[in-house]
Amino acid sequence: MTISAPTVERSTRASLAGSVVGLAVLAAIIAAPWWAERASQRLLIEFLYTLALAQMWNLLAGYGGLLSVGQQGFVGLGGYCLVVLGLQMGLNPFLIVPLAGVVTAIVAVPTGALLFRLRGAYFAVSTWVVAEVLRLLVANTASVGGGSGTSITQTVRGIPAWWRESTTLWIALALGAGATLAVYFLLRSRHGLALTAVRDSEAAAESLGVSVDRVKWYVYLASAAGCGMAGALIFITKLRIAPEAAFSLDWTATMFFIVIIGGIGTIEGPIVGALIYFVLRELLSDYGSGYMIVLGGVAVVFMLWIPRGVWGLISSRLDLHFFPVQRRVRNLDDKEMRS
Amino acid sequence: MSLLETHKVTAFYGDFQALYGIDMKVEEGETVAIIGSNGAGKSSFLRTLAGLQAAARDSIRFGGEAIGGLPAHRIVGRGLAMVPEGRRLFPSLSVEENLLVGSYSRRAGPWNLQRLYALFPILGERRHNPGTALSGGQQQMVAIGRALMSNPRLLLCDEISLGLAPVVIKDIYAALPGIKAEGTSVLVVEQDVGQAMKVADRLYCFQEGRVSLAGRPAELTREQISSAYFGV
Repeated sequence: MTISAPTVERSTRASLAGSVVGLAVLAAIIAAPWWAERASQRLLIEFLYTLALAQMWNLLAGYGGLLSVGQQGFVGLGGYCLVVLGLQMGLNPFLIVPLAGVVTAIVAVPTGALLFRLRGAYFAVSTWVVAEVLRLLVANTASVGGGSGTSITQTVRGIPAWWRESTTLWIALALGAGATLAVYFLLRSRHGLALTAVRDSEAAAESLGVSVDRVKWYVYLASAAGCGMAGALIFITKLRIAPEAAFSLDWTATMFFIVIIGGIGTIEGPIVGALIYFVLRELLSDYGSGYMIVLGGVAVVFMLWIPRGVWGLISSRLDLHFFPVQRRVRNLDDKEMRS
Repeated sequence: MSLLETHKVTAFYGDFQALYGIDMKVEEGETVAIIGSNGAGKSSFLRTLAGLQAAARDSIRFGGEAIGGLPAHRIVGRGLAMVPEGRRLFPSLSVEENLLVGSYSRRAGPWNLQRLYALFPILGERRHNPGTALSGGQQQMVAIGRALMSNPRLLLCDEISLGLAPVVIKDIYAALPGIKAEGTSVLVVEQDVGQAMKVADRLYCFQEGRVSLAGRPAELTREQISSAYFGV
């Protein structure tokens, strides 16, 4: 008898509905310069680059199993690309965003070579050390402003305000949506399956033909590049850069918080987590340092009792997947299989 | 030329020497069993073949090529895949995804999801379940299937009957002829001598890191095996 070839499907009804809503949201954001106020645009920009950072950390820790607390090193380096490539070499600041990704990925090669000799907690601590070393190197380089930093307003001089703000928003959108989609398409590929396998058991994955080292390298370099690009964009919005702010542990802490409350190891998690983070921040903005305590408390509660995060709860209750990465095989009838 | 040929393979764990120069062969299409008591070095030997333990390049020849000490993923790419002891399924992946990881190296060959589900129909029925939700025997089938998905010329099976009920072991071993029929050679490590004698074309007995006996099951006497196995 003939057996129709099994086809692998990965879309769900939710994912189709999700694409429609997603496209509508994308269109609305692209058009934001024409309908939104400046303040909401700024918030949108911040949301989008924070989402990009969270997706990068999620890729690294949630999928790659590489628990880094040093991503601020790449954020800061990306920001300082504005100083060197923009302020000193005169390149257009928006062109520097993708270049910052290249620069940070290049810097990540030697740091990765060092870090990949370490595992688990040693890896985590060392990522922080690497970030601190980068901060100290920058802080001790007088030509980029040293410890007190420098203004980078000069790089955007001559660009009309409307264009500057709109382009910043569009690039932020490209980063936030791009990071999400990049992770999505990576996970749908056979490399994504390999990545999950490596996270579960390195030895078993390796003995099935997966090059564990290569998979980790890809993830580490991609994440460094993503954080670097976000870093450049962040400091285009701030127009002033100093090592303390650029290499602040807060960047990684924010990524960590968002991914933990949203749901680590899911693509929807960082989106949900970023929304929750921004809502909490707006609600608690009047309470000063109390706000940090609440955020910390929320993170602890999630780690203890809801380790899969808000999205983990939702998707397991409702079997909802907007970014389905699991393969579903059709046309593999069990009776046919036995004959 | 043999499919697999080893020459004086040694293995060390720090100062402890687990293997003292193993010479053995597997011919194309053969099923070969390695028996021996706990600590005889059987698993160390398989791990060395699979690239999970260091080895001298020339000590292991596979398909005529020296592969000793190559990284494990390279060795899989050359057609040598291992079913690890303890199964080691990926807990976040479904049965089918576990199997698909096996095809990562993209070697051409007879094995694909359809052929596997024909070999182990229960896996087809459970394909969307998490791998770890299966019974021990079914998990072992996934582990075997996952290795077969890389289309190996030689399949290494490390203690596939360990911790399973006798009736389940029978089911698993019943699949071996089907695997052989596709032209895949098999090297099994087994503590259960009876089981090994039944499936193997040839047998090696390990004792304290050395080959203590080799031959065809039909030509070996119970006394020979017992003295080679226990060293008495």
